[in-house]
Amino acid sequence: MKYSKDQTNDLLLKIENSLRAYLLKNGITDPIIIGVHTGGAWIADWLQKTMSLEGKAAALNISFYRDDFSKVGVNPKVEPTEMPVSIDDKHVILVDDVLFTGRTTRAAINEIFDFGRPLSVTLVVLIERNGKELPISADIVGEKLFLENNKNVKLCGPEPLILEIIDKDEGVQGY
Amino acid sequence: MIKDPVNKNIVSQKDLRHFLDIENLSQSLILDILDLAESFAGVSGQPVKKVPLLRGKTIVNLFFEASTRTRTTFELAAKRLSADFLNINIDYSATKKGETLLDTLRNLEAMHCDMFIVRHPSSGAAEFISKNVSQNISVINAGDGRHAHPTQAMLDVFTIRKYFSDFKKLKIAIVGDILHSRVARSLMHAFRILEVPDIRVIGPKTLLPNGVQHMGVTPYVDMDEGIKNCDVVIMLRLQNERMNSSFIPDENEYYNLYGFTPNRLDLISKNGKVMHPGPVNRGVEISSEVADGDRSVILQQVSNGIAVRMAILSLSMQP
Repeated sequence: MKYSKDQTNDLLLKIENSLRAYLLKNGITDPIIIGVHTGGAWIADWLQKTMSLEGKAAALNISFYRDDFSKVGVNPKVEPTEMPVSIDDKHVILVDDVLFTGRTTRAAINEIFDFGRPLSVTLVVLIERNGKELPISADIVGEKLFLENNKNVKLCGPEPLILEIIDKDEGVQGY
Repeated sequence: MIKDPVNKNIVSQKDLRHFLDIENLSQSLILDILDLAESFAGVSGQPVKKVPLLRGKTIVNLFFEASTRTRTTFELAAKRLSADFLNINIDYSATKKGETLLDTLRNLEAMHCDMFIVRHPSSGAAEFISKNVSQNISVINAGDGRHAHPTQAMLDVFTIRKYFSDFKKLKIAIVGDILHSRVARSLMHAFRILEVPDIRVIGPKTLLPNGVQHMGVTPYVDMDEGIKNCDVVIMLRLQNERMNSSFIPDENEYYNLYGFTPNRLDLISKNGKVMHPGPVNRGVEISSEVADGDRSVILQQVSNGIAVRMAILSLSMQP
């Protein structure tokens, strides 16, 4: 099943509005937006642009921080992590397309702390689905989905950004 | 894990197990290693220069021969991957008290080590060790006799790719003691696999192996003719420790004929780079002006060695 471009855009606008309200409520004026490769980085870029924040969103590649190296190894094609500014004493907004098991978020938080000590980390996701394996929840969620075990959500992009629900054997392995 | 009987490096065209030489690697595997090294290069720029990929693994440096760069960059690579790391100094180890190599290996295996990085003066030593360790241990060749130094060749290729994106358009010369050089041998294989169209080896006849042209390279005895229009010139050290007879008349004459002096920079291509795997003998194979000049990428080679070795360690350690 494919979301339309407008449906995906509505979810993006929803998390943008929630994020604006969250920043206002918490008195955060200069957040650092960090997206997780690949889908999260696209959304982070979109948020950075739409919210007229200065500079470029950071992009994290969590491949070297995954907990399953001894089971699946490492993919040689790894887009490098780009962290253009220091995160020390900054409020970090961590962005991902889908929150599934929570393992990507754990890896991302570990990686973030190798770049410095942020004041806080807030998790923003477009989709939160069932299947959580770690005690990790998102602060801002576009939509909560209940999917069968053989289904995955995938974000296609970067232009336009479109969500799609696919069978697991179609290539995307949730993590 | 079943080893491919033909290719001692790998278990399939994709997966590394041991890293013993370059000659049997596929082009795509070499490019995968370079791509992964590119990603690891960023780790050195992080405030915490470490990723947890090999956490819990134990890697042992088994060096039976002197080394500074290779030993330390392997150690740094392993530590940046969060592996535990042991440096066994053979000069002070039980080998000196009469323990055989195989007994030393058995003892290290009993300590649950996961990988041996081996440097040895005898050709084939790393392969011998790879055949005599248990299935779960990977062996990396850090230089064996005159045979191979595959990680050095990989980091040289990585350095070249930083400046020249298309190997299929390059003219590359390797200059000096080709006969005794394991680096030259590994480089020739790497360049052939990457389809470099013009590979030259330059040196006095006594230091060029017989039949070297059968390795897909063109031999030259005249340095000026050989380096003409080359994009990359790799200078090699005279390996006095591996020479058991007189191969050159004297070092001064060698420097005049084959030393990379500043006037020779005009002969190579406009963007040409000068490389050297180290250790550099200034005034023997290269002048200080060239070695320290802006066409030299000798120190970049050292930095790149860490990222390339991180890639090789992690790919060899894959399940």
